[in-house]
Amino acid sequence: MGIEGVSSLLLMRIALFVTCLMDQFRPEAAEATVSVLEHCGCEVVFDPRQTCCGQPAFNAGLHQEAIPVCRGAVRVLDDQITRGGCDAIVTPSGSCAAMFRHAIELLDGDDAVAAKRVAEATHELSEFLVRRLERIDVGASWPGRVAWHDACHGLRELGIKSEPRRLLEAVDGLDLVESSTCDRCCGFGGTFSTNLPGISTGMADDKIDELETLGIDAIVSGDASCLMQLEGRLEARGSRIRGVHLAEILAARETLTRINS
Amino acid sequence: MITPKADPNETGYIHHLHADQFDDLVPQALANVELRGALAKATNTIRNRRATALEEVDHFQELRSQAKSIKTEALAHLDDHLETFERQATANGIHVHWAADAKSASAIVLDIAIKNKTRLAVKAKSMVSEEIGLNDALIDAGIVPVETDLGEWIVQLAEEPPSHILAPAIHKRRREIRDLLARVLDRPMPDDAAGLTEVARHELRGHFAQAELGISGANFLVAETGSFLLIENEGNIRLTTSLPRVHVAVAGIEKIVPRLQDLGPLVRIITRSATGQAISCYQTLITKPKTSPEDDGPEEIHLVLLDNGRSKLLEDDLTAETLRCIRCSACLNICPVYRQIGGHAYGSVYPGPIGAIFTPQIAGMHAASQLPGASSLCGACREVCPVDIDIPGVLLHLRHRAAEGDRSTGDHPEGDPLTTKKNRSMRRGFRFWRWAMGSSRRFELFGAIGRLLATVIRQVPSLTKYAGPLASWTDGRTIPRSPGRSFRSGEMARRLRPEGQDRA
Repeated sequence: MGIEGVSSLLLMRIALFVTCLMDQFRPEAAEATVSVLEHCGCEVVFDPRQTCCGQPAFNAGLHQEAIPVCRGAVRVLDDQITRGGCDAIVTPSGSCAAMFRHAIELLDGDDAVAAKRVAEATHELSEFLVRRLERIDVGASWPGRVAWHDACHGLRELGIKSEPRRLLEAVDGLDLVESSTCDRCCGFGGTFSTNLPGISTGMADDKIDELETLGIDAIVSGDASCLMQLEGRLEARGSRIRGVHLAEILAARETLTRINS
Repeated sequence: MITPKADPNETGYIHHLHADQFDDLVPQALANVELRGALAKATNTIRNRRATALEEVDHFQELRSQAKSIKTEALAHLDDHLETFERQATANGIHVHWAADAKSASAIVLDIAIKNKTRLAVKAKSMVSEEIGLNDALIDAGIVPVETDLGEWIVQLAEEPPSHILAPAIHKRRREIRDLLARVLDRPMPDDAAGLTEVARHELRGHFAQAELGISGANFLVAETGSFLLIENEGNIRLTTSLPRVHVAVAGIEKIVPRLQDLGPLVRIITRSATGQAISCYQTLITKPKTSPEDDGPEEIHLVLLDNGRSKLLEDDLTAETLRCIRCSACLNICPVYRQIGGHAYGSVYPGPIGAIFTPQIAGMHAASQLPGASSLCGACREVCPVDIDIPGVLLHLRHRAAEGDRSTGDHPEGDPLTTKKNRSMRRGFRFWRWAMGSSRRFELFGAIGRLLATVIRQVPSLTKYAGPLASWTDGRTIPRSPGRSFRSGEMARRLRPEGQDRA
């Protein structure tokens, strides 16, 4: 107990795996991820040699394309743990975190060993904050009513369920409501979303129909890909609900007076 | 060994399989508003019942792992258990037949039917009988098969295949059923479910009394005692297996369990997973034909053990998981894809997540390779599976086999022409993706181009038709609003660079 208590107080050095999608399409959420980690006393390192975890090709069954990309990510991150002095890898995506578990079987030889190290060191953001740092209140304030969307891989492969909810409940001014379709897939599924667009948007509608009844300002998720799907459908339907990444809320320090005015 | 042994290179057979038309069947299903309404309502009801029923079980995960290990153990020594079953069942007076494929299974049943001068056969709901196309084989021989499960009877009258493993007519709303019965029976029908069920009861009772043959499937075969168990709610299985003079059961070889006591956990978990019941209304455990005139039940019982491509799945631990399935349908009821399109769109009598892995593995990838793509890999199916089948894992395995092949295929991609064509075009895209992701400089360059394209397309949406897969994305969704820069090009990312890496 004593040692664990002390270690969480010590400065942890974190390798950020930002994910390709967030890097290019949601830089503010990536920066929010860094801010939250730094606020919690971590030193964050970003190795720009990283690109993608390889999941899109892997899920399509295209191992020949997935392997080199996945190997690239594994080598960069493994280097950060073994030689770069990093204690853990944090990623603002449950899906990409789960991909490193598949990498153990996808890669071979030394790369498989490295993949195992990377998979073990990798934490999704909310899981890292709550389980590893034991932080619930990160000093955030965000005025608004939100519902949480459990991203499938975070929920079912990493077992993340209570962590984001606890973090959100501790946010000043935020009103978290439970959606009865919170654990239903948004319909993204990588290439699935463009291979079978009708089914994919139908799945999003299934959730959105319910979200519209909750009177929420935003749907919050831990995965940029689910948000891209839900926001794309919400906007096409002309909804006033927007998508927000968990990190963006946890890093927010918005004054609460705005909601009253 | 299983005799006659199925040729390991031969794929099995699934009757009326048209899973290669999946791409055409999906839009039809999506356009059917009635169907989607019926599916949403019915699957919601069943999944809520299931969740409630499982909350009442104290140690669900323990029960689940017990069920899983019984099935895993049974499959690990399948040949031994089957031989024990045959020995015990034969000693009990049951005639055991081995069918390597669908055709020989149908032939065995037909032979029994003809020997017993069958004109009318009553049938209990059986997926295996759908798989081998038994009804068509009987009809061709001049024998009338009558389905006696309410849902199965409805789809038989509608001349449709079942659209769900457990609830064959789940796609039909009540008024549709009313109109169907009014048309077929040529008289006005009541509006309420109870009234319609009463009509079915009267219609079917006469058939039970007249039939020379009763045909059923089996939920579990018990090796130790040579018995087999049937689970149901309507009582029609009890009648099918006890009123006619002869009873034939057809069962896949994977239905075996070693011991009688194995039925305890399996029954507890199957009824809860299937219909959300702590126990179903009837469990019929059949061990022998009647031995004296005072007994009830058939004079003659036959059991046909069907391989039809199943033993081939045992060669690999992952594919063997498919055979653990106890056909509860929990994966269908939870699946968000099944919920959108229903069972008929899969083009196989085995639809939904389990159908998407069972169908191509039994009938061959050449006949059903599009089905493994019919999933967002959300994993809800694995979560509810009472025997913990790694359905997403098998889906990934099959997608890989369709795209590249593996050791089991001699590294030859295998799939229907459309899947092969699609995979080829996907590969072209992913080859470029692989190159673009191969260096951080290219990643940043193509990221910037991607953001620029997204900005342009947001402003001029008509351009999407030139944008490949993006065209499917914008069919119902907007393109994400692009930020003016990437994370890595920002101030913060530069500050976070590890020592000794001054440039990207």
